[in-house]
Amino acid sequence: MSISRRKFLGWIGAAGMGTALGTSAKAASNKAFTGYPDSMGVLHDTVLCVGCRTCEAACSKVNELPPPEKPFTDLSVLDTKRRTAVEAYTVVNKYEHAGKQGKPVFVKKQCNHCLEPACASACFVKAFAKSKEGAVTYDPSVCVGCRYCMVACPFNIPSYEYDSAFSPRVVKCTMCHPRILEGKVPGCVEACPKEALTFGKREDLLKIARERIQKYPDRYADHIYGEHEMGGTSWLYLSGTAFGNIGMREDLGVKPAPELTAGALGAVPIVVGLWPVLLTGIYAMSRRKEKIAAEEKEQAVAAAVAEIEAKADKKLADVRAKAEKDLAKAEKDKEAAVKREVQKALGEAAAKHEEKAKTETEEES
Amino acid sequence: MSRHDTALYRKELYTPFNLVAGIILIIGCVITVLRFTKGLGTVTHLDDNYPWGIWIGFDLLAGVALAAGGYVTSSAVYIFGMKRYHSAVRPAILTGFLGYALVVFALNYDVGRPWRLPYPFIMQQGTTSLLFEVAACVALYLTVLFIEFTPAALEWLGLRRARNIVTKLTMLLTIFGVVLSTLHQSSLGALFLLAPSKLHPLWYSGYLPVFFFVSSIIAGLSMVIFESTLSHHYFADKMDKTHLEEKEGVALGFAKAASLVLAGYFAIKLIGIAVDNNWHWLATGYGLWFLAELLGFVALPSLLYAVGVREKNLTLIKWTSGMTVFGIILNRLNICLIAFNWHLPYAEKYFPHWMEIGISVFILTIGVLVFRFIVTRMPVLYEHPDYKDTHH
Ligand code: SF4
Ligand code: SF4
Ligand code: SF4
Repeated sequence: MSISRRKFLGWIGAAGMGTALGTSAKAASNKAFTGYPDSMGVLHDTVLCVGCRTCEAACSKVNELPPPEKPFTDLSVLDTKRRTAVEAYTVVNKYEHAGKQGKPVFVKKQCNHCLEPACASACFVKAFAKSKEGAVTYDPSVCVGCRYCMVACPFNIPSYEYDSAFSPRVVKCTMCHPRILEGKVPGCVEACPKEALTFGKREDLLKIARERIQKYPDRYADHIYGEHEMGGTSWLYLSGTAFGNIGMREDLGVKPAPELTAGALGAVPIVVGLWPVLLTGIYAMSRRKEKIAAEEKEQAVAAAVAEIEAKADKKLADVRAKAEKDLAKAEKDKEAAVKREVQKALGEAAAKHEEKAKTETEEES
Repeated sequence: MSRHDTALYRKELYTPFNLVAGIILIIGCVITVLRFTKGLGTVTHLDDNYPWGIWIGFDLLAGVALAAGGYVTSSAVYIFGMKRYHSAVRPAILTGFLGYALVVFALNYDVGRPWRLPYPFIMQQGTTSLLFEVAACVALYLTVLFIEFTPAALEWLGLRRARNIVTKLTMLLTIFGVVLSTLHQSSLGALFLLAPSKLHPLWYSGYLPVFFFVSSIIAGLSMVIFESTLSHHYFADKMDKTHLEEKEGVALGFAKAASLVLAGYFAIKLIGIAVDNNWHWLATGYGLWFLAELLGFVALPSLLYAVGVREKNLTLIKWTSGMTVFGIILNRLNICLIAFNWHLPYAEKYFPHWMEIGISVFILTIGVLVFRFIVTRMPVLYEHPDYKDTHH
C-alpha cells in the first residue's frame, strides 16, 4: 500500500514535468561498476591505529608540503577535529571514549578514491579521473576553479588554494599515484609503525578485512566501510565500533554518484527533442486561433456594415418618399393657390371691366 | 558645447543617485583589484566546506532565475500569441540580456582561473557534469538574448535592413530560447542532486530540476511586473501611449499567471515532501524555516496575486511581485548556503565577507546603470516611430 501510494505520488509529480526528470539510466541493472580489476587500495584498521601522526608527517614529506605550525610530534593537535586542507592531504582525528573500555579511537582521513568518484562526475573539464591503478588523479592544467568537485565530494575531501591569485589548484591525497607508478607504496603506508595501513589490491584487502572480522568478532564491527559506500571506494576501513561513532557518515547509501544525476542528464535529449515540436504546435494553434478570430472579426464587421447600410438606405428612402410626398403636396397647394390667385385676379379684372363699362355708359348719356 | 551647457550637464550629473552609484563603483573597482591580485582568500569567506558563497547562491542561482522574464514574456507573446503584452517584450528581453551578461561577469570573480572559462568547450568536455550543461546553455542563451535585443539597438542606429533581417528570426530565437532556458534553469537545481548528504532533506529532492524550472517561471513573471513598476516610476517620460495603456493589462495578466504557477509550485513542493516521506522534518528548526519559505513566500504571494487580480489592485500586485522575487532569492540561498552543509556546527557555517557583498552590489549597480543608459536612448519602452505597426 505504502509503496503504491509513493509510486502514485511520484507519477503525479512526474506527469507535470516528466521531461525534466527521466528515469535513471542504470535503474534496471543491479550490478554496479566495481572498479578496475586489480586496482590498488589501502585498508585502514582503526583498531590498530595509535594516533602517532607519523603518516601525516610522511605525507607532508612525500608531497613536499610546507611544514605545519605545530610539529607532527605534537599530539595536542588531536584534541580539535580537523579536516583535510591545502597544507595537509591527510589528518588523524581522535574520538574520545569510542573504543573498547572507553579508550579513544584514531581515524586517518584522506581522499577515499571512490570507484565512481563524485568529484570526477562533477567536473566539467574532466580534470579528475579514476586511474586503472586505483588513484583518483587531478590535472591542474585544465582546472577552471569552479569548485563544483568540492561541493560534490560526499566525504568533504578536496581543498582549494584560495590564497593563490594566479594558479589556484584543488588539492587532495593522490594515493601517491606517482610512487605507485614507480612501484613504491604510498608514503603514509610505508611510514605507519603499527601496520594500521595496508596497501594492496582492493580485492585482496577485502579478503584480509573479512578474515580479521571473522577471526576477532569481538574486536571488530561486522562492516567494511568503503566496500559499498557511494558505490564503493578504494580506501577501506575497519572499526571496533559503529562507524557513526568515529565521524564517518553511515547515511551515504550505496548509489554511486553518477547515478544521482543520470536522470537529469537523460532528460536533456527529451527536452531538446520535444520542446521545439510542442512549441511550434502551440504557435501554429495560436496563429490559427488568431486567423480565425481575424476572419470572424472581418465577417462581423462586414455584417455590421451591411446592416448599417441597409438601415441608412431605408432611412434615405423614407426621407425621399416623404420629400416627394411633401413636394407633391406643395405642388398641389401651389396649383391651388395659383388657381385661386388667377380666379381672384380674373374676378377683379372682370369687376374693373364692368365698372369701366358702367362709367363709360354714364359719360355717354 | 558652450560653457552654460557644460554647467547644466554637470548639475544633472551630480544627482544623489549618481553619487551613490559612483561611490559603489569606486569601491567595487578596489575590491576587483584585490580579488585579482591577492586571490579569493583575501576578499571572501569561502572555505573548503563552503566552496560556493553568495557569488554562486545570489549572483548565479538567483540571478539566472530572475532573468527568466525574457523567455517567459517572449514565449507568451510570440508562441502563445498574447499580442496584448507586446510592449512588455523589449524591456523583458533587455533585463534578461543584462541579467545573463552580469551572471557571466560575476562568474569571472568566482572561479579560480576565469581566463580558463572556455576550457570546458575547447579542451575537454566534461559531459557527465550538469555544470557543463549549465555552462553551454548559458553561453548559448546569452547569444540568443543578444540577438533578440539587437532590433532595438539597430533601430536606434537607423540600420533598417539589418533590423528587418533580425526580426525575421524572432520565432526561431524564441523557441531556441525556451529550450535553452528549460535546460539550464532546471540544471541549476540538478547541480545539487549530486550532494544528497549535504543538502537538508527538506530541500533535497529528486524533483529539484522541476522546482528550479517552475520557480524560474514565477521569478520571470514577477520580475516583469516588478521592473515595469520601477521603470514606470523613473522612466515614465520614455514610455509611449501603447506602453502606458498596456502596462495595466500586463500587470494583471502576469499576476494571474504567477498566482497559478505559484499554486502549482506549492503543490509539487508538497508532493516532493510526500514522495520522500519527509514530513517529520517539518517539526525541526530547519522545518520551521522551510515552512516560512513555503507558506510565506509561495502560498501567500499566490493568494495575494489572486486577490490583487480580482480587485484590480495594482498596488497589491506590485508589492506581491517584490515579495515573490525575494522568496525566489531566499530559496536559492537556502539551497546553496543555508540548508547546505546542515550537518556542520553553526560555527563552521559560512557568512559572506563584506567584500563579497560589495562585489554583488557593484555588479547590480552596473546593471542598473547600463539599463538606464539603454532605455533613455534606445526604443525599449516606446516604439520607434519609423517602425510602428511592423509587429512581427
Ligand atoms: S573521496 Fe571525494 S575527492 Fe576522493 S575520490 Fe571520492 S569524491 Fe573524489
Ligand atoms: S574546480 Fe577544477 S577540478 Fe573541480 S570541478 Fe571545477 S574545473 Fe573540475
Ligand atoms: S597516499 Fe600519499 S598523498 Fe595520500 S595520504 Fe598517504 S601519503 Fe598522503
